[in-house]
Amino acid sequence: MNTRLFLSLIAATSLPLGAADWPQFRGPDSSGTVAGAQIPAKPKIDWTAPLPGRGLASPIVVGDRVFVTCSSGPSQERLHVICFSANDGSRIWERQLQATGRTMAHPKTSVAACTPCSDGRSVFAIWSSNDMAAFDLDGGLLWLRGLTADYPNASNSLGMASSPIVVGGTVVTLIENDSESYTLGIDAKTGRNLWKLDRPKAANWTSPVPWKTDAASPAVAVLQSSKGLLGVNAETGSTLWEYKEGASTTSSSVVSGGVIYAPSNGITAIVPKANGEEPEQLWRSRQINPSTISPVVLGGMIFSINGVGVIATADIKTGDNKWKLRLTGPFSGSPVGSGSHLVAVSEKGLLQIIDTAVEGGAIKGTLQLPLGKEPEELVLSTPALSGGKIFIRADSALWRVGNEAD
Amino acid sequence: MKTVLTSLVIAASVAAHAGIEDSVKVLASVGREGEGNEAAQSAWREVVKAGTSSLPSLLKAAGKGSPVADNWIRTAGDSIIAAELAAKKKPDLTQVIAFLKDTSNAGGARVLAFDLIRQADAGAADGIEPTLISDPVQALRRGAVERLIQAAKKAEGDAAKAIYTKALAAVRDEDQTKTIAGALEKLGVKVDLPKHFGFVMKWHVIGPFDNTERKGFDTVFPPEKEINLDAKYDGKSGSVKWQSVVSDDAYGKIDINKPLGAKKEVTAYAVSTFEVPEARDAEIRLGCKNAWKVWVNGELLFGRDEYHRGQKMDQYTMKCRLKKGANTILVKACQNEQTEQWTVEWEFQLRVCDSTGTAILSANR
Repeated sequence: MNTRLFLSLIAATSLPLGAADWPQFRGPDSSGTVAGAQIPAKPKIDWTAPLPGRGLASPIVVGDRVFVTCSSGPSQERLHVICFSANDGSRIWERQLQATGRTMAHPKTSVAACTPCSDGRSVFAIWSSNDMAAFDLDGGLLWLRGLTADYPNASNSLGMASSPIVVGGTVVTLIENDSESYTLGIDAKTGRNLWKLDRPKAANWTSPVPWKTDAASPAVAVLQSSKGLLGVNAETGSTLWEYKEGASTTSSSVVSGGVIYAPSNGITAIVPKANGEEPEQLWRSRQINPSTISPVVLGGMIFSINGVGVIATADIKTGDNKWKLRLTGPFSGSPVGSGSHLVAVSEKGLLQIIDTAVEGGAIKGTLQLPLGKEPEELVLSTPALSGGKIFIRADSALWRVGNEAD
Repeated sequence: MKTVLTSLVIAASVAAHAGIEDSVKVLASVGREGEGNEAAQSAWREVVKAGTSSLPSLLKAAGKGSPVADNWIRTAGDSIIAAELAAKKKPDLTQVIAFLKDTSNAGGARVLAFDLIRQADAGAADGIEPTLISDPVQALRRGAVERLIQAAKKAEGDAAKAIYTKALAAVRDEDQTKTIAGALEKLGVKVDLPKHFGFVMKWHVIGPFDNTERKGFDTVFPPEKEINLDAKYDGKSGSVKWQSVVSDDAYGKIDINKPLGAKKEVTAYAVSTFEVPEARDAEIRLGCKNAWKVWVNGELLFGRDEYHRGQKMDQYTMKCRLKKGANTILVKACQNEQTEQWTVEWEFQLRVCDSTGTAILSANR
């Protein structure tokens, strides 16, 4: 075996996530941003891939592949994972499961509400029915879980929507609801429980976020609920610190530069302490109300879209308000960004590129996605960014959006 | 020499088949909380690698009671068909079709068989689908019912009425039933929906008992200890007694606010006697947006303390065994402290049916 082939095999078997990957809900570190992605100034649809079912789970991107989940059938009982080529939208593989848990959900949401995640080797998908599946990147099944079969009172009749994350070798997933409420740390390789943590008996649609003090410290999963935030060791599930001043059950926190910007009493910026004491509060602003949408940090500013489609900004160091800009809303998906540009897609499918470097902000480009009329189709998902492209899905289709000049 | 080679080939084939059988058994035996996942991961690869020769073993193992195991089997099946199609092959479906047609096979396995046929050859599935109109598996009827609905929409008068009537006899799903019943009503045919679905319409209701701080859900009030329709008990705000309630709703809803008044932080019970001529397996299917518990003949089937997140028909399915003669169905429904307009409802709907959704009607209906 020559050296080049050997190195290629090593690379293939120990794939780290690439710089351009968007491996989970709101991308690398759940931050809503990715470095170096050139946001298209004049957006156009590069390709359209039809989807077999409903969904508001975001697409994720690993290498040159895009993964999407859907649900179909009269009760949305058929669950799909589909892998597309990021280059041309061709379908590489699809796997289907039958829901083993409850599929009841509010008509606006769907059973495919939770964004899958990846560690660069595997894709971990979960649906509102609490069915969980892990596949290798070529569609080989690695493991399955039926979390309602395991814990029969874990469900939400409005639908579950929390998206899992992979922290180290642990898949962290919130199964939090009014009844049998818990969070699991699952072994990414086997699908077996590493830990199970009882959680507040209250519906919770937020997603966990990863956080780390420094390279030597254990990886932390930050769990958000109506009670506040809980930092747990992702490997063991042990509690490391707790913030007890309440938080949103819909809008998720965002981490930037070691600071957690939590949707709590508006936005509260906190820094957890290594000694387990209550996190230090840097600032709090009630002027930024994230509503149900998750905030994003970009270029020293935090951005949040409220219920009427106004994007508000504040300085991440002080919480001082900066400018506001009215977008064309309403929105369900969260904004994402790179460089100095944000991407926000309204429910009615208007993709808007916002230049945040301009004082007061400016809408630099727009693109109307071709949504179905009967029944009226909405975009409820958060976009994914990779390699200067935007990936966005509705019920009927996945689109890759590039730049007109490309 | 030729004989020896043939024997070796046969022996290898038998050994390989035994290997597939063993691997399929591994898939079928995964347990709770991911037990068996590690072994199943390898077995899944072996089964998929063996290609279409695995399909009979996979189908034979499916539908035996573990829905998670069924998904291991399902994904193996669809991976095999996908690989065949990717290789531009036409999978041999002879055994899969024969398996589907044999109604003694497990229902879930037959659904998988039909799905594999559709995946491999949509034309073949289209040819089979209309023949499934009276299939014992409800999920397999749906496509055939849909074809009848579409045919009836194109027909008029008595012809349409005849097609819709045939569809009504086969239909079990709520959405399709609504479409068919609505069309028949317009054609002058009255459809008894409670009877069609098997909703229990006659109840006795008692309450309110306390549910302050939602503690009533786990509090054992007298109706959980005895069913005595003549008894009086201390309720939340005075003496309470059983009242007769008959639903006038097409979907069997029992509105507890009517007999007991719109109250908050309260608990009520509803009881009904359900008579069957012989002991049998059945399903209790409940819709309820309040916290609830259900007992049959004193055995707790399930309970759930979720409030006002939504309600629909067949929201919860519970398996039970009915005894010959009179059976007691007891429902506990708790109302919480919320005061928003959308938290007023204090109600449930319950039906008794078999595993296909076919109504089981009480002899004293």
